[in-house]
Formats: sequence, structure tokens, C-alpha cells
Amino acid sequence: MSDLTRRTAAELADALASGETTSVEVTSAHLDRIAGVDHDLHSFLHVDAEGAISAARESDARRSAGKPASALDGVPIAVKDILTTIGMPTTCGSRILEGWVPPYDATVVSRLKAAGLPILGKTNMDEFAMGSSTEHSAYGPTHNPWDLDRIPGGSGGGSAAAVSSFEAPLAIGTDTGGSIRQPGAVTGTVGVKPTFGGVSRYGLVALANSLDQAGPVARTILDAALLHEVIGGHDPLDSTSIDQPLPPLVEAAREGTRQGAARDLSGLRIGVVKELGGDGYQAGVRARFDESVQLLVDAGASVVEVSCPHFVHALAAYYLILPSEASSNLAKFDAMRYGLRVWPEGIESPSAEEVMRASRDAGFGDEVKRRIILGTYALSSGYYDAYYGQAQKVRTLISRDFDAAFEQADVLVSPTAPTTAFKIGEKVDDPVSMYLNDIATIPANLAGVPGLSLPSGLADEDGLPTGFQILAPAMADDRLYRVGAALEAMLIHAWGGPLLARAPELAQKESVR
Amino acid sequence: MTAVSVMSYDDALAAFDPVLGLEVHVELNTASKMFCGCPTEFGAEPNTQVCPVCLGLPGAMPVVNAKAIESAMRIGLALNCDIAQWCRFARKNYFYPDMPKNFQTSQYDEPIAFEGYTDVEVEGQTFRIEVERAHMEEDTGKSMHVGTSGRIHGADYSLVDYNRAGIPLIEIVTKPIEGIGDKAPLVAKAYVAHLRDLLLGLGVSDVRMEQGSLRCDVNLSLRPHGQVKLGTRTETKNVNSLRSVERAVRYEIGRQAALLTEGTAIIQETRHWQEDAGVTTSGRLKSDADDYRYFPEPDLVPIAPSREWVEQLKSALPEPPSVRRTRLQEAWGFSDLEMRDTVGAGAMTLVEQTVSEGATPAAARKWWLSDLARRANEAGVDLLSLDVTPADVARVQALVDEGKINDKIARQVFDGVLAGEGTPDEVVTARGLAVVSDEGALSEAVDRAIEANPGVADKIRDGKLAAAGALIGAVMKEMRGQADAGRVRELILTKLS
Repeated sequence: MSDLTRRTAAELADALASGETTSVEVTSAHLDRIAGVDHDLHSFLHVDAEGAISAARESDARRSAGKPASALDGVPIAVKDILTTIGMPTTCGSRILEGWVPPYDATVVSRLKAAGLPILGKTNMDEFAMGSSTEHSAYGPTHNPWDLDRIPGGSGGGSAAAVSSFEAPLAIGTDTGGSIRQPGAVTGTVGVKPTFGGVSRYGLVALANSLDQAGPVARTILDAALLHEVIGGHDPLDSTSIDQPLPPLVEAAREGTRQGAARDLSGLRIGVVKELGGDGYQAGVRARFDESVQLLVDAGASVVEVSCPHFVHALAAYYLILPSEASSNLAKFDAMRYGLRVWPEGIESPSAEEVMRASRDAGFGDEVKRRIILGTYALSSGYYDAYYGQAQKVRTLISRDFDAAFEQADVLVSPTAPTTAFKIGEKVDDPVSMYLNDIATIPANLAGVPGLSLPSGLADEDGLPTGFQILAPAMADDRLYRVGAALEAMLIHAWGGPLLARAPELAQKESVR
Repeated sequence: MTAVSVMSYDDALAAFDPVLGLEVHVELNTASKMFCGCPTEFGAEPNTQVCPVCLGLPGAMPVVNAKAIESAMRIGLALNCDIAQWCRFARKNYFYPDMPKNFQTSQYDEPIAFEGYTDVEVEGQTFRIEVERAHMEEDTGKSMHVGTSGRIHGADYSLVDYNRAGIPLIEIVTKPIEGIGDKAPLVAKAYVAHLRDLLLGLGVSDVRMEQGSLRCDVNLSLRPHGQVKLGTRTETKNVNSLRSVERAVRYEIGRQAALLTEGTAIIQETRHWQEDAGVTTSGRLKSDADDYRYFPEPDLVPIAPSREWVEQLKSALPEPPSVRRTRLQEAWGFSDLEMRDTVGAGAMTLVEQTVSEGATPAAARKWWLSDLARRANEAGVDLLSLDVTPADVARVQALVDEGKINDKIARQVFDGVLAGEGTPDEVVTARGLAVVSDEGALSEAVDRAIEANPGVADKIRDGKLAAAGALIGAVMKEMRGQADAGRVRELILTKLS
């Protein structure tokens, strides 16, 4: 049965539709894979075998009644532990939410359920999505399937590792500054941050509300598009959700695959962002990026270099806006209503405030505390204009840079991350060096435009995956899929097969299920 | 606690010029909360009207109640405010257990309505109150401190009810009200009463002060006569009736005057009105050090009401209170003084509704301003909050007019209605209050009174009709008041003519 885990979501959907297999078989195969390899990876914080199998049975019943709920009905999925799920814990990788089981489903989760996707479990992440390595999870790091000593990226390292290691064909991630795309790049998978407002944030525990966006994690562009269509679209529960239909994404992906196979990209204008490359990017990352651009050019696309001069301020603006919003969002974790409650030591009859203080001290990790302090400071009276206010202005300038760039090009491209996966522990004590990992992904979040990362090969110096980022104008997510699928087809042709086929085999424990 | 000295009101006013500022919080009567679909009914079991949004559960997001926006704009327009072309909600960040998110979603520097005014009348004089802003915000939950003190200090534990969390509030803030001199307490009271009438006319709130659907914070400062610069102010909360508004202003004037006269600076602080003792007590220190770290609520989109919508709401506003007042005074034939008393008692709308239920204006005024006003006063609540409706009052008067009861019995009927015994008719039946209209019984009682008072009867026979009062009294006493005095008089005169 293990070959089922090697198939893409689209292949599984076909096999389910043809009756070749059942959702129970597919779901069991993935649960077996999780049981076999997750002790080494730690992609999951919670596995819901019982719930997944029960959902798979219902899917099979729908299928035999001839009434599948969607194209992906019966294809299992993993969900980042930042989205609320009825009956499953939601910790956000934090001690402070240990044991909390939400009474409601995030809209993304309810759409997955409505579409019939069995949920395998909840994936590991940096605490409250703060980090680029998943090392800041209070429950221990996730390991990169390509090299267990290395990080799988972050904050959604668990989702990327699960998909990359065949524990799940699909996963949901969330991307505030690159948390879907950067893990995709360093694990050799596909990750998409949709247009801000394109996928509901209702039930996504907010890190930075104006930047957060949930999106698909997959092994192929087509799979990502299939998942994006399930979770996307207007939600009246999220006031910032865009009340417009999604552009046709699956169609765009299929069309892109055809264009790639036919080497026909004439008329496509590619903009290479000058500020997102060059020095500071690993040689192997740059080499693979240049090769991919060359493939596009060889297929008839035109390439222009575009300048986005304000991108150099993106990281600084991001690290004012994000902590500001986060410091306020995280105030609700006060031990009064749910989650961890710690009795302060040495105080006989503590006040509510003393309990709050002790609980927050024990419940939050250092990175979270660092950002709460930063954000509290940035919003303080007398500093607001200089920090938060100024950062918002930079944000406007970055949006204008994008507007100008999209006048010259249909899509913008860059390496997704400046380096391949680094070693666990290598940067954990150097926050700024950690923050620099997201230098190429952050501008899209600040402007609300969509971005996609797909594998572009392995760096010569370390043999680890590199990522290629595509950016499109707001609500033109279809361009990501068209161009992404075309490039993917050409790369797979050049490699003679998917990149993940070259990942090392993981030691498989005997199934204990 | 040191004894607080309070200067006499006249002395205080001789030395100082009071400046008022009033912040009124109005709970809107929308069916659902500000940012979620939970019901807003008062008095439900604790924590039964809650959901992930108003409990601030992780991941939940607000959605603005369009009806609340409309109500806010109508209030703004009724107060002659400009309506913002574009405005946002902000987060007011502070920690408190009854605040589910530890920030309050409120408008900050972009209120929906601003720069308005409204005219109130005090003893025949009109005062223009300038309105700085009317903004939207959500209410917090309610804490109950369980223990002997009933306060947070020394409580054994505290309970929190989140039913109120997220109920839409409009905060109406005046500009400093200056040049009102010794009228300050009356102006404050008249403004709140006026606002209440206006809100009632708009139909946007229950405006019941004792239930907290209208709450007033009184800001007051004193400055020596002739000084331009404002003095340091205090903000008094927990002012839960019209009468308390007047009393709180009066008390603060006396208290601050005493302090200033002895050379003690006023501390800028929040104070609490203690209804029973009639004093204000010190609360939280309020200083510029309070930093709420306001920033625009990123989970909501800006509100940009179209000018067409604003114009449409404006044209559909009820008539302005001053116009309405003139119209009603004419229709009712009240004297200026009668009208002033009616408005002053906060009874204009009640009288109007009672009249529309069939009572004469004079009768409606009589009940609301005398008997019912006294009861409200005794209970320390406003007329509106009495558990008696305009329909009840009209029905009581109808019973009097029909001769079924008299004024004295009517008071007992109100006792019953207020005690929750039912409608006026039900109370009359249950308490057996109907006047005796059995002519036989009445006639016998009159005969007995004439027999027992031969001297009085002779006087009446001699034409001294005023003496009939003594016989009427005797009959009424025998009938325990349950007789129509007019009919008794008729019977006496017939028998003795």
C-alpha cells in the first residue's frame, strides 16, 4: 500500500474516482507512514487517526453513492496547528495553549471537511508562527526530511516536512512573512501564499492580522491549485476577505503544464527583481534560480530586470508591524478563560494580574516575548508615529513598487530564500540572521500580493533543495499557477522526474498501527 | 479615611466657575452584538449569550453590525454632527479579566460623528451644548466580586459574565461646557434628560439608566472667576440616574472648592458616585501615563458611508426635540411651566404615549408628574424605569373616568401594577378595588350617615351645601374608600333636598 503515499493528490483523486482505491486505504497508508517516520521528523503535534479514518469511511460512502463532495473528496490532508479544529487540540506550538480544544472550526477547516478531505492531524510550527525554522516550537523542532540535522524552514516546517516526506499528500500552511514559501523552498515542495483576503482567516489564530494568509502546501503545482480552490473564496466571517470569485486556478495550472511541455511561453513577461538576489544569496541558490529563468526564456518568455527600491526597507517595516499587531493579539492569552494557568510562586492569594503575569511568563517562549516587547514599544504613545506609523508608510511605498513593477511584467520572480536549509541550532541565538531568511518573501505579505514557491533544484555545495518564487498582482493568483506549472514541467523534464524522488529514504519503523 | 470637607454650594460658586464635560455611553438596542450575531437581551443567565467572537477565542474575527453603524449615524445626525466620510475602529489595549481580548475594539481618532451641538433648556433659558464626537465601541463583560466587601479588594473570588461583552455602545462626548455658573448641576441633568428623550425618539436604545443602557460620566473642574485656563478635572462614574447627575455635579463643586480654597491641588482621577451617601469617592488615578497603545483594528475594513445613505438617514430623522416640544405643548394646551416640568421630569415622551393610548394630556401629566414621579424618586430610579407603561396609565385614567375607581383607589391600582400583579384591570379584580356602584348599598350607607349626623344634615337642608363634605367623608369611610365620591354627593343632596 505504501505506493499510495508516493502519489500526488491529483493522482489519488483519480484513483479514488476510478474505484482503484478507497479513502480508507489512502488515509490508512498515510497514517502508517506517519507512524513509521514521524519519530524522526516530528512533523505532527497531534495525529487524529480515528477521526481521519472515520472521515475516510464517510468519503467512501459518498463515493459509492455516486455523490463525491469535491474533486479531492477522500484525499487526506494535514493542517498547521494554528487553525482551530473542533475536537482536536490547537496549540500554535505554544505552551500557553496546551490542552485547549477549540469549540469551532476555522473556515479553512470547515471547507476541507465540507469537501471531504480527512484530516490526518495538526502539524508543528514555530510558536505562534514566529520563526523560520520550527525550532521555536514549544514542543521541539521538526527535522528536514532531506537531512534530519537541518531545519525544515518555518514557521510551517511541520506542514512542509509532512508533505515532503510523504506523510501527507497535502497540507495547509499559513504565511505571514514567508512561512509557507520558505519551508517549501528548503524541503523541495510547493507552497502558495494566496492574495491577502483570498482565503478566509476566520479561525486562523492571528500572528499579524494584516499579513497572515493561509494557503496550500503540496508536492505539485496542480495539487496546490486543487487545494486552493477548496479553501479559497469569500467568507462573510472574515471582513477582510475579498468578495469576488477566485480566478480559475486548476485550469491555469493545467494550461501552464501544457505550455511547459510545449515550451511555449511566448508573450509572457517575467520581471526579475533586482533587490531580491545577488550578494547575500547562496551561490547554489543563485545558480538554480538563473537556470530556471533561462528555461523560461528558452520557452519564449521575455525577461526584464525590475527595480523595487523600497524593498530594502521591507524587513524593518515588517519587524515593526508584525510585533505591533502580535503584541495586541497575544494579550488574550491571560489564563482567565482557557489554556495554561500558572499559580505564581510565593504568593498566598494572588490577584488576577499576578496569575496573568505568571502564566504568560511560563507559557510564552523567548521569541514570542521578544516580539511582544518590540510591539508594545512600537505602539507606545510618543513612539507610534516614528515606528508603527512610519512602517505603514513604507508599506504603501512597497505596494507602489509592486504596482510599477507589474506594469512591466506579468509576474515577478526571485529565489524564495537566500540559503538552503541550515543546521538545527545554527541560528537560534541570532534572531536577525534568522529574520534575514524571509527577506525575499516579506514584500508580498506587506503588499498583500500572492506568491508561490516551487522547487528549482539542489544547490551544488550542499545538495539541498532550492526554491523559485513567483509573485503576481493581487487577485491574479492564476498567473502563479500558470507560470509555476510551466516551469515545473520543464524542470521535471530536465531532471527526469520529480525532485523529491532524489530525497534520501527515511528509516521506516515497523507499523505499530 | 480622612473626613472630606465640602464647601457650601453658594460659597463655592462665589469663588469658582465650574466647567462641565459629559461623556454618555449609550447601549444600542440592536438585536445582535457589535461584532457577532449573539443576542443582546438584558438579564439572561450568565454566559449564555456568547460565541467565539465575543469571547475573544483565538482565531475568531469581528464583523461589524450594519444596524449599529446606522444607529450611530442617526445619533450623530440628530446631534447635528458631521458624519465621517471614512473612519476606522481601533484597538484600545489594556488588561482586564472582563475584557475577553484584553483590548477593546473602539473608535479612537476617527469617530463616525463629530463637531455637533444640541440645545437644552433649563428654567426657561436655552444652553447650547457642543458635541465633540459620537463614536462606536463594544461593551465589556461584567465582573462580580464575591466576598464580604463586594469589591475587588478583599474578594474571595470573582465571577465574570460575558453576556454584555460586545454589546454596541455609542459614546457621546461634549466639549467643555462653560459659562453655566450655578446652573451647572441643572444643565448636566437637563442635557442627559434631553439626550435620553432624543435617543428614545430615535428608537436606538432602551436608555434605562439603572440597567446601564445609558451611563453618564461627569467631568468637572473649577477655576477662579476670570481665569481662562481650565482647572484639573475629575471624572465621576457610576452616575446612574438623572437625579444623581445633578447631585454628583453639585457634590463635586463643593468638594473641589473646599480643596482649592485650602490650597490643595485637585488630583486628576476617576471617582465613583455613591448613591446612598451622596458623595464621590476616589477611584483609579488617571494620568497621561495611561497608554492604551491604540492602533487601527486590522481585522476590520474602514467604514465609508455613502453620502446618499447619510442624506437618506438625515431626511428620515424624527423631528428635532425643540420643534417637537413646541408642537406637543400647543397640542396639549400646557402652560410654559407645565411643559417645562414635564420635560424636566423626563416625561414628555411618556405623556405623548399615554395620550396616544387615550388619556387626556392633563390626566397623563397628572399621573406621571405627581404620583408616579414620587414613586420613581423614592425608588431612586427614573420615570422610564418604573414598571408601568403609558398604556397602564391611560387605562387607570379610563377606569376613573368610567367611575369604576376613584383617584385614591387608582393609587392602589398603581401599587399593584408596580408590584407586578398584572394589568390595571387585573389588579382591580384581584384586589377587589372596584368602587361600590351598588346603589342599594350606597343608598343605605348615605342614610346611615344622615342619621348619625343630624346637625350636619340640617345645615345642608338649610342650603349650606359645603357641609356635605363631612357626610361624604363618613360614607367613604364606611365604604373603605371604594365609592365614587361624586355619586355619594349626588345621593346626599337628593335625599336632603
